[in-house]
Amino acid sequence: MTEVLLRAERLGRKLEGDVPVTLVHDIDLEIQRGEFIAITGPSGSGKSSLLYLLGLLDQPTSGRLWLEGVETSSFDEDRLADIRLARLGFVFQANFLLPEFSARENVQLPISRRGKLDEPAARSRVEDLLASLGLKEQADKLPHQMSGGQNQRVAIARALANDPSIIFADEPTGNLDTAASAVVQTILKDLARKQGHTVIVVTHDPSFAAQSDRTIRIVDGAIA
Amino acid sequence: MRTVLVDVARRHLLARKRQTLVSLSGIVLGTGFFLAISAMMQGSEADFIHRLIDNSPHVTVQDEFRNPRKQPVAELYPAALVQMHRVKPETETRGIRNYKQSLDYIREIPGIKASPVLLGQGLVSFAGKDEALSLNGMVPSDVEEVSTIGSYLTEGSLRDLAGNPDGILVGSELARILSLERGESITISATTGQKHTFKIVGIFHTGRAAFDQSQVFLALKRVQALLNRPNRANEIVIKLADPYSAQAVAARIEGRLGYKSVSWQEASEDIMSTLALRNIIMYSVVTAVLLVAAFGIYNVISTVVMEKQRDIAILKSTGFHARDIQVIFLTEGLFLGLLGCGLGLPLGAGIMWGLGQLNFKFPGTTQFNRMPIDWGWEQFAIAGAFALIAAVGAAWLPSRKAAKVKPVDILRGAGA
Ligand SMILES: Nc1ncnc2c1ncn2[C@@H]1O[C@H](COP(=O)(O)OP(=O)(O)O)[C@@H](O)[C@H]1O
Ligand SMILES: [Mg+2]
Repeated sequence: MTEVLLRAERLGRKLEGDVPVTLVHDIDLEIQRGEFIAITGPSGSGKSSLLYLLGLLDQPTSGRLWLEGVETSSFDEDRLADIRLARLGFVFQANFLLPEFSARENVQLPISRRGKLDEPAARSRVEDLLASLGLKEQADKLPHQMSGGQNQRVAIARALANDPSIIFADEPTGNLDTAASAVVQTILKDLARKQGHTVIVVTHDPSFAAQSDRTIRIVDGAIA
Repeated sequence: MRTVLVDVARRHLLARKRQTLVSLSGIVLGTGFFLAISAMMQGSEADFIHRLIDNSPHVTVQDEFRNPRKQPVAELYPAALVQMHRVKPETETRGIRNYKQSLDYIREIPGIKASPVLLGQGLVSFAGKDEALSLNGMVPSDVEEVSTIGSYLTEGSLRDLAGNPDGILVGSELARILSLERGESITISATTGQKHTFKIVGIFHTGRAAFDQSQVFLALKRVQALLNRPNRANEIVIKLADPYSAQAVAARIEGRLGYKSVSWQEASEDIMSTLALRNIIMYSVVTAVLLVAAFGIYNVISTVVMEKQRDIAILKSTGFHARDIQVIFLTEGLFLGLLGCGLGLPLGAGIMWGLGQLNFKFPGTTQFNRMPIDWGWEQFAIAGAFALIAAVGAAWLPSRKAAKVKPVDILRGAGA
């Protein structure tokens, strides 16, 4: 029993300007709930741009996008933000934690913003997430007091904070050494395989892409 | 959720302690000086008006008309063109006609105290020197009610004046120049050739040298006799329970009696407009001080916004609204404003206290005065409100800019 979570139809993103640039061109795509998708392609091919569109961070200039059956292209910025907060989680390449906040506080931020859990429930959720990612000892540390791999795990915990439908990760191991990369890759894979999350990862690493359910290859902004 | 935004704002500032402190000291000084200067200016203005109200009649009914009276022939032929040359004022009958009847009417107005006055000129000769005097002929038993001269008496009392029909109050300067003391006699001559000898029953000292030298107070009846003007008064002076009703009362009296009736506000119109101008200048200056402080705040918050592009992108991609971002940076302005008030108002109070300790001499006075300071809560409220408005206003533009940040622009730039 499959359920289409995300559907794109001729999705496109152009930048207007003196020299118009096409970032993403006529993408048709269907992603099922629980799928583990890898997006690959050469540098500058438009992988990130596609991810921003799928993750409702950016709005398409053409085509349509359905999330859980709801067409989103007419939604305003605040509505998209609310969807991101409740249903989507993001992990970026590196250094995307708030530097003045501890690991625990960074993870708690989206929960507090959403305001659905009371204070004790929110706190215990944060502790559970940190523990499950092996960050119990790091909870009180600031980002600069942790390694790159630990930072990236905090970012994953934060992405999971509001129990999203989809996790988007844009080259999450791009700045990590081999050992830390392996840990982060295992975590993302387990989120899909063991916990049933839908995970969409942009990666340059062929061996990581090989472990996915499906690899989408992008060249010049289009599916190759 | 509010607390999250406030927390982010707080940490942004705490992460930049030095910059924050510099901009904070700006707003602290701005608030402090705003408060101190405005309290001093308002204090001196209030003190000035207070003295004005105390020391001058609230309304003076004068023996003249605001506009020349219509000639009977003009009233008879209102449609005609009447031209008359050399209309001569009735010098003989100058003075308020039937002032006793006028007084009866005026005294019916509630909260009013009124008394007739005959003003005139006199001379006193002493050791070959002539001193010109302004004679204030008053009803001795009324003096206390319509004049503050009693409170300036350093010797004698108003009761002595009432008790002695030939009594006179003289100023300290006159007494000094003529080597006069209480109990001594003084002979005053008028332009009519009349002369009369008075007994000094009191000496007053107002601190205004010219006043203390030239003014004397004596019984109305004696002045009428000296000036050959029996049963006349040329002014009715009025004190009101509510000095601020003076304009209305003056208009009412003038409407009824026809005599020009001047409220204290009208009498000191030039001073009042000077005070208003002074206020405009003062508020411009202190607002400029706060504006400079506001630039400091603008500066620090702009810097934070520039440095925090990535954090803004993180928050927005997580699902924070543009409004949330704006609230964060406005809160930073509000924090600086509140801290600025919290430290600036006590600083201002300190300066006010210091100024209040100073003694100084007004020009034209002979005694030292304390700087009058307005300690009213309104002063604190105005300074605090200006500081808050300046701080939040300074945060407005950067906060708008922050709210407009598009997360993908930052994410792309970061090479993610
Ligand atoms: N603001 C922009 N102006 C012009 N070109 C841009 C802009 N942002 C991205 N691009 C270009 O668009 C293309 C796609 O970028 P991106 O989606 O980041 O590719 P990838 O993630 O696959 O490396 C790249 O060639 C990039 O240089
Ligand atoms: Mg990319």
